[in-house]
Amino acid sequence: MYAIDVDNVTRIYQKYSARHRFQTFKSALLKGDFLRALRPDELVTALDGVNLKIEKGQTFGIIGENGSGKSTLLKVVAGIAKPSSGRVRTQGKVSALIELGAGFHPEITGRENVTINGIMLGLSKKEIQQKFDEIVRFAELEEFIDAPVKTYSSGMYMRLGFSVAINVNPDILLIDEVLAVGDASFVPKCLDRIDDFRRRKKTILFVSHDLPTVAKICDKVAWMKGGKLMMVGEPKRVVDAYLQDVTVKQEEKFEERSKTIDLEQKFEEERRENRWGDRAVEIKKVRLLSLKGVEKHVFAPEEGMVIEMEVESPALVKDFVFGVGVFNSQGVACYGTNTSLEDYVPVSFRGRGKVACRIGRLGLINGTYYLDLAVHKKDGYPFDYHRNLYSFLVSSTDRDEGIARLPHDWSFSPKIRIRPPKTGGKARVNPSTPRHECRGLLRVNPEPRFSSPPLKAGLSVGERVKKAETPGNPKNAVKKNKKR
Amino acid sequence: MIKVVENLKVLYRYRVLVQSLISRELKARYRGTVLGFLWSFINPLLLMIIYTIVFGFIIGPRDPAFGDNRVLYALFLFCGVLPWSWFSSSSIESANILMIQGNLIKKVLFPAEVLPVVVVTSNFIHFLFGLPILLAAKLLIILFVPQAPPFSPYLVLLPLVMFVQFVFSLGFGFLISSLTVHFRDIKDILSNLLTFWFFATPIIYPMTFPAVQNSNLFRFFLNLNPMTHIIQGYHDTLFAGRPPDWLHLGGTLLFALLLFWAGHTVFDRLRDSFPEEV
Repeated sequence: MYAIDVDNVTRIYQKYSARHRFQTFKSALLKGDFLRALRPDELVTALDGVNLKIEKGQTFGIIGENGSGKSTLLKVVAGIAKPSSGRVRTQGKVSALIELGAGFHPEITGRENVTINGIMLGLSKKEIQQKFDEIVRFAELEEFIDAPVKTYSSGMYMRLGFSVAINVNPDILLIDEVLAVGDASFVPKCLDRIDDFRRRKKTILFVSHDLPTVAKICDKVAWMKGGKLMMVGEPKRVVDAYLQDVTVKQEEKFEERSKTIDLEQKFEEERRENRWGDRAVEIKKVRLLSLKGVEKHVFAPEEGMVIEMEVESPALVKDFVFGVGVFNSQGVACYGTNTSLEDYVPVSFRGRGKVACRIGRLGLINGTYYLDLAVHKKDGYPFDYHRNLYSFLVSSTDRDEGIARLPHDWSFSPKIRIRPPKTGGKARVNPSTPRHECRGLLRVNPEPRFSSPPLKAGLSVGERVKKAETPGNPKNAVKKNKKR
Repeated sequence: MIKVVENLKVLYRYRVLVQSLISRELKARYRGTVLGFLWSFINPLLLMIIYTIVFGFIIGPRDPAFGDNRVLYALFLFCGVLPWSWFSSSSIESANILMIQGNLIKKVLFPAEVLPVVVVTSNFIHFLFGLPILLAAKLLIILFVPQAPPFSPYLVLLPLVMFVQFVFSLGFGFLISSLTVHFRDIKDILSNLLTFWFFATPIIYPMTFPAVQNSNLFRFFLNLNPMTHIIQGYHDTLFAGRPPDWLHLGGTLLFALLLFWAGHTVFDRLRDSFPEEV
C-alpha cells in the first residue's frame, strides 16, 4: 500500500489577462451569463502526466529548477490544488508546510493564533491544549506568546508556524522549501524534527533546492523538469543527473559570455584597466579546455583543466615569460605561476604559436574563479597582460570550505565508531580516486567581479599573486614556486 | 442540490474552525481600541442618533405607523437599520474576503466556503449585540410614550426572520465573494448598489407611507425586493408587535434558499480557480 499515489496527474493552470477580464465583464453583463465568460484565454501546464508512488515510511525528495512543477505537485498531494486530470490518493493525515504561518492574524496574540492555526491544520481543541506548551517551547517563544503576532520578527513568525505544523503529527508531511528562511540554530532543530519523523516511519515529501540536504536525508529522489518527472531513484544518482543538466545550461551561459570577450572589439573601456602592455607579443585567443581537449567553463573540483593561449609575435623576441594566475571571487590569489619562476629559459619566438598550461587536478572549492594571463619580459615589463578577463566555475555537491581542496583521506581507529557516508556518498579526495564527472552549480558567488588592489603595469603574474597575499591571512598561503 | 448538502456537511465538519475564526474575527476587530467590545453597542447607537436627528427632526415624516411621534420614529428606524447594517456589511466584507484571506486558500488545505460563512456569522453576532440596545430603547419608549406599541408575544418569531435573512445574506455572500475573485469591479458596483438598495427598502419609511401606498409602481417594485419583506418582518415582530406577513416571509425564505443554492453552485464551480486568482 502506498502512502501517496499520484496517478497520471495533469494540472493545467488558467491565466486570465486583465484585458480579457474587462471585456468579459462587459459582455458578461450584456449577455447575463457570467459562467460562460469565465473561460481562460491561456493555459499553462504545470504538471504533465505525473505518476508517482511513494511507499509508507519513505522520505522522498523532489528537486528541479524553479517553475518545474515541484510546488504544484506538493499542492496537489496536499489537496490544495485539484488535478485537472488524474488522481491522487493519500493514506493518513496529511500536513503541508507550504508556507509557515499562513493564516496567522497579525492583530491577535501568538497563543490565539496557535489555536486557530492548529485547528486549520486539523487538530482538535483538546489536542492543541495538550500540545500547546510543546509548540511554544519548540518555537522558543515563551516570552512572546501573549503578544500580538504583528510584533513578531519574521524569524519568530516562521518558528511558530513550523512548530504548529510539525506538532500536528501527521502521517504524511509535505515540506516545501520552508527551511530556507530559518536562522542558524533553528534549521538544525527543524532537521532534527524531520529526522525524528523518519525514525517513526512517517512519510515525508520534501521539496528543496538544498541538494546536499536532499541527498543526505532522502531515501528516494525525483527530478522534475517542465512539469514532468525526468527521473526517480537513488538520491545521489538523481541529484547528479539533475546537476549534469544544470551544468549543460551553465556551460551554454558561459559560452555566450565568453563570446562577448572578443579581444579585438569588446571591452574597449575595460581594456585600459584590465589589459595592458605594448603588444610586442600579443595574446590573441584564450580557451579553457578539459583534459580531453573539450572547451568548457564549468569544472568539478577533481577535474583537470588546460589553459590554452594563442600568441603572436610579429618581431623576433628573446626575452619572454608566460604566466597564469587564478583568483577567486573575493580576489584571493589561489595560485599563480609563470615559466620564469619554473626556470624555463626563453630562447626565441616569432610568428604565431600556442601555449598550454595543463593543470592535472584543479583542487579548488566551489565558486567562480578569474584568470590572469600574461606575456611579459623577465623583469616584468608587460607585452600583453590580461587581468581577470576570463572566468570559470567550479561546482559540485561537495561542501568543503577554504580555498584549495587538499587531497586527503579519513581513517579511524576501531574504538571510534563512525558511519561512512551513504552509498554514492562523497568520494573522498584522494589522488587515486577516479575523477568526478563534471557537476553543476550549487553555489555561485554573488559578486561578479572582485576589486583587487590596484596594480601597476610591470608586475609579473607571480608578483601579482605575491602582492595579493595579505600577511596574517592564512587563507592566502599560496605556493609560488611549486614545480611540476 | 446533493452537492449543496454535501458541502454543508463539510461545513459542519469544520464547525470548530468556523467557530474559532469567528471568535478571532470578533477579537481582532476591536483589538487595540480603548473601548473594545463596547463599540459593538456604540456603533448602532450612534447610527440611530444620527438617523433620528436627520430623518426624525429635520425631515420629520408623518405617518400613522408611529403616530407622528418622533421618538417612536427613531425606534422604527432602529428596527430597520440594525438588520440592514448586518446585511450590508456582510455583503461588502464577503466581496473582499477571498482576496484578504488569499493566503489561506493558496497555502493551506482549507474549504473556502468557510470564509463567507464566517463573515455573515460574525456580522450576525454584531447584530445580536445591537439587539439588547434596541430592546432597552423600546422598553424606555414604552414607559414614556403612551401610544407606543407594547411588547407582544410575536417577538418570539424574531429568530425566524433572522433565519430568513441569514440564509439570504449567505447566499448573496457566496455569489458575491466568488464572482469578485474574477470581476474585481463588483466591489465598487456593490457599494453603490447597496446605497440604492438601502433606499429601495422600507427602512427609513414605512410601507404604509402614502407615497408608497398610492403608487402601484412603487409598491410592485418594493415587493420584488426580498429585503423589503425581511425588514418588514422585523418591523412587524419587533416594532409593531404583530405577526409577520406569512405569505411574503415564506416567499422570501423560498427565494433565499434558491439564492443560497445558486450562490453556492457558482461558488463551487469557481472554487478551483480561487488559488490562482486571489
